[in-house]
Amino acid sequence: MPDARISVPPSVARGKPFEVRIIIRHAMETGYRTDESGKSIPRNVIKTFTCRYNGDVVFSARLSSGIAANPYLRFFVTAKDSGQLAFEWVDDNGVRGGDSAAVTVA
Amino acid sequence: MTTNLQSRPSRTRRRLLQSAAAVALVPWLPANAAADELPEIPALTAFLAGRKPRLARVHLTLPQLADNGQTVPMKVSVDGPFAPGPRVTAINLFSEANPVPEMAVFEFPVAVDRAEVDSRVRLATTQRIVAVATMSDGALYATAAEVIVTIAGCMDGT
Repeated sequence: MPDARISVPPSVARGKPFEVRIIIRHAMETGYRTDESGKSIPRNVIKTFTCRYNGDVVFSARLSSGIAANPYLRFFVTAKDSGQLAFEWVDDNGVRGGDSAAVTVA
Repeated sequence: MTTNLQSRPSRTRRRLLQSAAAVALVPWLPANAAADELPEIPALTAFLAGRKPRLARVHLTLPQLADNGQTVPMKVSVDGPFAPGPRVTAINLFSEANPVPEMAVFEFPVAVDRAEVDSRVRLATTQRIVAVATMSDGALYATAAEVIVTIAGCMDGT
């Protein structure tokens, strides 16, 4: 089962910003909820998110419990060369997730 | 006699117009004054550390009324142009009433032509959200938006 859904335009124009959309499957537990037995569920949110474009960080985010479950991000990256967008995220438990998408510069 | 008849209705009309204008103006004054300042959030005050952001260039789009605070669409953008002047390096989001006031920080390590981020936020209750953009020359720009929340975003399952 994929951890994320990514949307990048099939072809982008050199020097122009293009839209990147990603939804990551994650509960983003706030730490304020309790389970059936009344025990509190510990906080576990994605703390950091990084997007690299051919190895260079082009966008990053520090998130909190103030971001909804299955976090969605939409941002813009300026097209340089064809290559790869690599996404990485880490949650409170130290669990890392990652995914990537190909970028074709026309 | 004739002068009396002419002057009386005109005076009444003037008074009527004056009071109507006063009634129309009064409710707007406090609303405008509130839009010119950011809400008091300790985390925001700590972040600003005495710096005064200009209330310009940043746009924060949230629904005025959110039925469900669990997931509220949010868009924040900063007006360009950025080149050749200072560019946006970060956008911080602060919540007035969430248990965690620092909602998110979006960072732009390289120049972006379009400083715009969409996400979905959780809101504990009706409150104002503040977005602060930091520029590469240290300048700060900010805005605030109010959302009325009917179902809280932190209380489900309890």
